[in-house]
Amino acid sequence: MTTTLQPPANPAASAPDGPPARTPRRVGFGSKLSAWDLKLSPYLYISPFFILFIVTGLFPILYTGVISFMDWDQIRGSGTFVGFDQYAYVLSQPAFWDALRNTFSIFVLSTVPQLIFAVFIAAMLDQNIRAKTLWRMGVLVPYVMAPVAVALIFSNMFGDQYGIVNTLLGRIGLPGVGWHSDTFASHIAIATMVNFRWTGYNTLILLAAMQAVPREYYEAATVDGAGKVRQFFSITLPSLKPTLIFVVITSTIGGLQIFDEPRMFDQGGTGGSNNQWLTISLYLYKLGWGEWNFGRAAALAWILFLIILVIGAVNLFISRSLVRDEGARDGLTRAQRRAASRAAKQRLAAESTGKGARS
Amino acid sequence: MSVIDTSPVTAAADPNPPQRQSRARRPRAVRGSRPGWFVYASLGVVLLAAIVPYYWALLIGSGDSSTIRNTELSWIPGGNFFTNAAAVLNNPAVNFWTGLWNSIFSSALIAASVVFFSTLAGWAFAKLRFRGGPWLLVFVVATMAVPTQLGVVPLYILFSEIGWTGQIGAIIVPALTSAFGVFWMTQYLRQAVPDELIEAARVDGASSFRTFLTVGVPAARPAAAMLGLFTFVTAWNNFFWPFIVLDRQNPTLPVALSLLQSNYFVDYSVVLAGVLLSTVPLLLLFVFAGKQLVSGIMQGAVKG
Repeated sequence: MTTTLQPPANPAASAPDGPPARTPRRVGFGSKLSAWDLKLSPYLYISPFFILFIVTGLFPILYTGVISFMDWDQIRGSGTFVGFDQYAYVLSQPAFWDALRNTFSIFVLSTVPQLIFAVFIAAMLDQNIRAKTLWRMGVLVPYVMAPVAVALIFSNMFGDQYGIVNTLLGRIGLPGVGWHSDTFASHIAIATMVNFRWTGYNTLILLAAMQAVPREYYEAATVDGAGKVRQFFSITLPSLKPTLIFVVITSTIGGLQIFDEPRMFDQGGTGGSNNQWLTISLYLYKLGWGEWNFGRAAALAWILFLIILVIGAVNLFISRSLVRDEGARDGLTRAQRRAASRAAKQRLAAESTGKGARS
Repeated sequence: MSVIDTSPVTAAADPNPPQRQSRARRPRAVRGSRPGWFVYASLGVVLLAAIVPYYWALLIGSGDSSTIRNTELSWIPGGNFFTNAAAVLNNPAVNFWTGLWNSIFSSALIAASVVFFSTLAGWAFAKLRFRGGPWLLVFVVATMAVPTQLGVVPLYILFSEIGWTGQIGAIIVPALTSAFGVFWMTQYLRQAVPDELIEAARVDGASSFRTFLTVGVPAARPAAAMLGLFTFVTAWNNFFWPFIVLDRQNPTLPVALSLLQSNYFVDYSVVLAGVLLSTVPLLLLFVFAGKQLVSGIMQGAVKG
């Protein structure tokens, strides 16, 4: 198509008879074709994504909805309509509520410490350290290990009897923890795997945001006599808010889908004898490919989606009010701050009119 | 940055007494100064924490089956790593080599395809005007929030209908394009290519696709490299869908790994030797391309 476009352009340009100036020549066959080309090609370029998305994304999503209202027959490959029965079934199962509790517990245990650590490490990396790239790469080393591999290593370290963690606890005179029997302990172990893999990743995202903070702020603060810690809490942390919100939302979406780590936490892979670390995704797998009940699995998938939507909305709401709160606390919106710095610059330039507008 | 500020050129060009005065106490306090031991010590601890699990895998993976029960810890690797590794590599129940090949093949193909289609779509969204464009872009971004779990049941039915369950194609086809990739390339191309360049190409009579090839593709190269890396790592480590749709005979590496933690193996030395083996390919990739990966994450964050 591309190559055929070129040649016609020339004959078409010379085809209109003789002298009459440029304007009529432009409406030749070639330009018509190129107008078509211009109009159509954007759609051609984006079509692979949309075609594939419709087949492997949109259709399955909608069809999950259809299946969730059915009692699906594996062998015939069709289902009978049962209304909301599958939803009612899933919601009536104690296992579902266990899974919901575990998912949230693991999510909180993995997000909160992770962000605190990430902010701290990013602040360290934001200094004028030697061998910057090397440290940054070092922080990212865990990210290249597959979650399955991480889970295998950590579930070994968190072994109930011979695990290194319990051995070390014993060394300092503490009793061993039942990492695979106690609910909360298992959540800590699984959250540790998540934290191991993702802290470095989030650190780099936060580091990028930190480096975007104008260095003049720090210089001004230094001149005003603020120490490193004070600068961190009054300048760095407030500037990070949008990025923190972004990180929280992405890790929420990821965290609510957690599957690999709990699945690999023990040999059975069923989420513990008492559903101690059964998560929603793991439960979905059990319903669908353990009990081979696709109707129930589909209903759970939709419930999970709704939960994600609700949490997303709550997140957005909270983060928005947080941002507003920030504006209220230091009494300046971003526009005001910008205006202030502009005014300050002008003042410096004019240099004669130093009328303490800052105080 | 502070270096530029204090450079003689700026100071001379800006005859500014207050700045000059403050310069005296600037150099030490400003962030240009080297940090103290605390920073390096903290970073050292972080680095140690990042490496310990790898080392632990080596420690256990190089011992024999009794190592794990040994309460007297030894921090020196044993001599059995290759025996354990061989036990994984040669075990017909694990299909390690098939898994390795499948992982390389599928991840490379997925990465190449995502890069190509994302560049194409990103070019359209960033630089071409067409009816519904902005709206469609919003749609693409919105699809990123949809969980994988929402589609797996019908997708599984679909693939078992056409007989693709257990086939590597079942994990390749759904991953050939990515919403994140389209978004990423759109963001990048939007600011990487000046509109004048496209107009110039048009005036020269280049077709739309030719413009894309001669103007868009070269400009997209750095972002494409990073997107390719990311997609490769993500595809390589992906587990949920491959675990559902693939079987023991034809696994990817994570699926093969998951088989290690089953009734077949109670010997943790063998399991962790296998884990370590499976991470070698990505560690190698990281050694060569880690710098790119780092800057990719940092760049994505600024724009995302």
